[in-house]
Order: sequence, then structure tokens, then C-alpha cells
Amino acid sequence: MLEFLYNTGRYIWFLGKVFSKPEKWRIYIRQLFLEFEKLGINSLGIVVIISIFSGGVISLQTAYNITNPLIPTYMVGLTTRDSIILEFSSTMLCLILAGKVGSNIASEIGTMKVTEQIEALEIMGINSAAFLVLPKIVAFVFIVPILVVLSMFFGISGGYFVVSVASHIVNSENFIYGVHYAFQPFYVTYSLIKSSIFAFLIVSISSYYGYFTTGGALEVGRSSTKAVVYSSIAILVANLLVTQILLS
Amino acid sequence: MIEVIDLHKSFDGKEILKGITATFETGKVNLIIGQSGSGKTVLLKSIVGIHKVDSGQILLHGRDLVKMSPKEKKEIRREIGMVFQGGALFDSYTVLENVMFPLEMFTDLSYAERVEKAEYFLKRVNLENVNHLYPSEISGGMQKRVAIARAIVLNPKYLFCDEPNSGLDPKTAKVIDELIAGITYEYNITTVINTHDLSSMMEIGDNIIFIYKGLKKWQGNKDQLLNSGCKELDDFIYSSSILKKK
Repeated sequence: MLEFLYNTGRYIWFLGKVFSKPEKWRIYIRQLFLEFEKLGINSLGIVVIISIFSGGVISLQTAYNITNPLIPTYMVGLTTRDSIILEFSSTMLCLILAGKVGSNIASEIGTMKVTEQIEALEIMGINSAAFLVLPKIVAFVFIVPILVVLSMFFGISGGYFVVSVASHIVNSENFIYGVHYAFQPFYVTYSLIKSSIFAFLIVSISSYYGYFTTGGALEVGRSSTKAVVYSSIAILVANLLVTQILLS
Repeated sequence: MIEVIDLHKSFDGKEILKGITATFETGKVNLIIGQSGSGKTVLLKSIVGIHKVDSGQILLHGRDLVKMSPKEKKEIRREIGMVFQGGALFDSYTVLENVMFPLEMFTDLSYAERVEKAEYFLKRVNLENVNHLYPSEISGGMQKRVAIARAIVLNPKYLFCDEPNSGLDPKTAKVIDELIAGITYEYNITTVINTHDLSSMMEIGDNIIFIYKGLKKWQGNKDQLLNSGCKELDDFIYSSSILKKK
């Protein structure tokens, strides 16, 4: 309990340091574009692949479980759409990104810490936390909703391809009708709000564990693991709270 | 000139610096020597402000670092260059970008001017044709030289080096020593080096401070080093069987 309180306090102090005025905006903006590429564009491949396959599996499982002839087949499209939009493309995708991006950030910053690169920044009079972390947070919070929209598109497309084009379990018109049926645009907004919050949690928690790494390579590995574990837990808790607030 | 007066620093209740008072002179190579664990790295990092001291004064040309506000500390740090034990070069930047980094951060020079200045300092540390390589692509000795170039590119008043020769062969270590000494005299910098390298002590030690178990035991220069009359220093210097007094 004491350790939890200690880490929470230090995390808040760390965020205060991260969100202080940058020394030179021009350099921060340049860093921001580098982070867009590193955290966002480099995650595009995995997002597309996972979304297509997960969309395919969701639609297949739904189709195989709807055995009642009274349930119309367009429900496969509807269920796939809602599963993808409400939960998969925001929560599941962010959990996956917590593994990929979170471990990357924690190990990058952790290595900088143990090789004294962070001390070198501080000696120069640079706020190392703001310089290293702020561009990552801004870039990821901005880019994740874009990745989520792409994931929604590829997820639903994957479902359509698997059950309608490849296996002909549900005909195309019915699947597309189901995707359009009773569509609530707010679900997309809800999903995007969630994903931005998750993006903030992933980067800030992972950076926190990287920034306070002490020791050597072994500790960098430990920080990386902690970053993924605690980011994932934070995402699950935040998911529950945000869902309660936005959908209740 | 840097003066430290009655400096105390503890970690987790264990006192590492037990009231050190010493003077580091301008335009000279000042060495902090002592065996591993004696507190010399803690002393160096306390002087540059990485470690917050428990009590005492750190006067940089009369300005007390301990009493400064965070903003004042930030300003004064721009007068400080530091070479870390492992170089601490930024992995994701090339050699040239590493040296240009302080210029980009703290000056309004144009890109061409920054490149020109960074190239000048890289030549000053005898490095050419490595500008576009990353730190992982150059040798340890080269990394140290890039770190020196980065540390002096803003013409600092104070240069701190934490064991600059660690991990280097004797010949490269001598090159680094001569380079640091040359820069100190040329730019009239107050240079403070942390070392336990005997060759460095004998070659460039204008002012040597011997730390033993968190206390200053002796202060002198390279000519006085071998006849210091300090038992702990003699034990430290003559611990090698090659140098052992007959």
C-alpha cells in the first residue's frame, strides 16, 4: 500500500515536470514529428493485421453461435460492428499497443537513464522529463484515435471478408445491412475518447517507469515489464470508469 | 574558481561526504582522486548539482549553488560542460547532431552556423569523417572525444569529467588527458576530473585532491604526489606491486 502511494505521488510529481514550459518550442515540435513516426506510423502494420484477423474471428464466432432461425443473419454484421467499435478497436488495441509501445518507451528512457543520457540533459539545464516525454504523450494521444478509426475499418472489413466473401456464411447484403443497422455515431465518439485516455496512460506510465530506472540492463528489463503490466491494469480500470461515465 | 566548503551528503542514512572543503582553480586541471567508493563521483555530481547536498557551500566564482533557486541553477548549468564516464551521447543522434544539440537548444545560430561550429569543435578533438555516424558505430575513445566536443561547444566556464579514461587503452587515455588539459589552458576553463588513473595524475594533475572515506585527506600537485607524506595516499598510489616501495 505504501509503495502504491509512493509511486502515485511520484507519478503526479513526474507529470508536473513533464507538463512544464518547454525550453525551445522548435525542438519540441521536431521531436513531436519524430514521435508520430516512431509511435504511430510504425504501429500501423500491427494494427492493420490484428484488426483484420480479429474482425474475421469475431464475425465467424458470431455466425457459428447464431443457430436460432428466428435471429436474422444480419445480426452477424451488427455484432461484429459493435464488438469492434465498442471494445476491440479501443480497449483491446490499446492493450496490444501497451505491450508494443509501452515496452519500447520504458526501455528507451530506462536505457537513457542508466547510461547517464538523462543526467547529461539535466546538466545542460534541460528539463529532461518534458523534453523526452511531452512529445511522446502529445504524439500518441493524437495518433491513437487515428489508429483506432483505421482499426474499426479494417476490423469490420476483415469480418465481412471472412463470413461473406471467403466462406459465404452470411450473404454480402445482409452483412452490410447489419453493419448499418441501428448505428449510433456516439459509439465511435465514445471509443475515440477512451482511446485518447488509454494513449495518455500508456505513454505516461511507461515513461514513468523508464525515467526512474536505476541500475543496469536487468533493471531496464524490469522497468519495461512493469510499464506493460501497470499500463494494462490502468487501461482496464479506466475502461470501466469511462464506460460507466459515458454510457450510463 | 570553485570552492566547496564543509560539504555533507548522505544516501539512505549513510554519510558519503563527511565535510569536504576544497578549492578548484581556474585555468588548471583539478583532479579528484581516491579509490572506488571513496565518494569522488558523489562529490563531482554534487558540485554540478545532480545530487542535492545535505549541508555546506558550493561556490562557483562566489555564487553559492546550494542556495540558488531552480531557475538560477538552470541558468548556471549553461556555464557547465560535463563528460560522463560512458560518454552519455544520445544514441538516436549522429556524432554531429550530438555536438550541435546544445547549440540548437541554447543559441539562435542558423543551421549552417551550428554545423560550422560543431565541425570546428569536432576537429578540435581530432575527429573528422565521423560526423554522420551514430555513437554505437564509433570506438570508446572516439565517443569520449565527441562527449568532450559536446561539453565545450558552448564555451563553458567549468568542465567536469567523470573518469574520462575508464575503459580506454593507455595510449588513447593519454590522448584524452592531453586533449582535456589543452582545452583547459586554451579556454581558461576550471576543469575538474574524477580519476583513479595514476598516469593522469602524473601527467596533468595541476591541483590534486585526495578523497578517503568521504573526507579530503590531501591536496597538492603532481610534483608533490609521490612524496605527500599522507599514509592513505601512499597506500592508494603504491597499491600496485610495480610501484610498491622497496
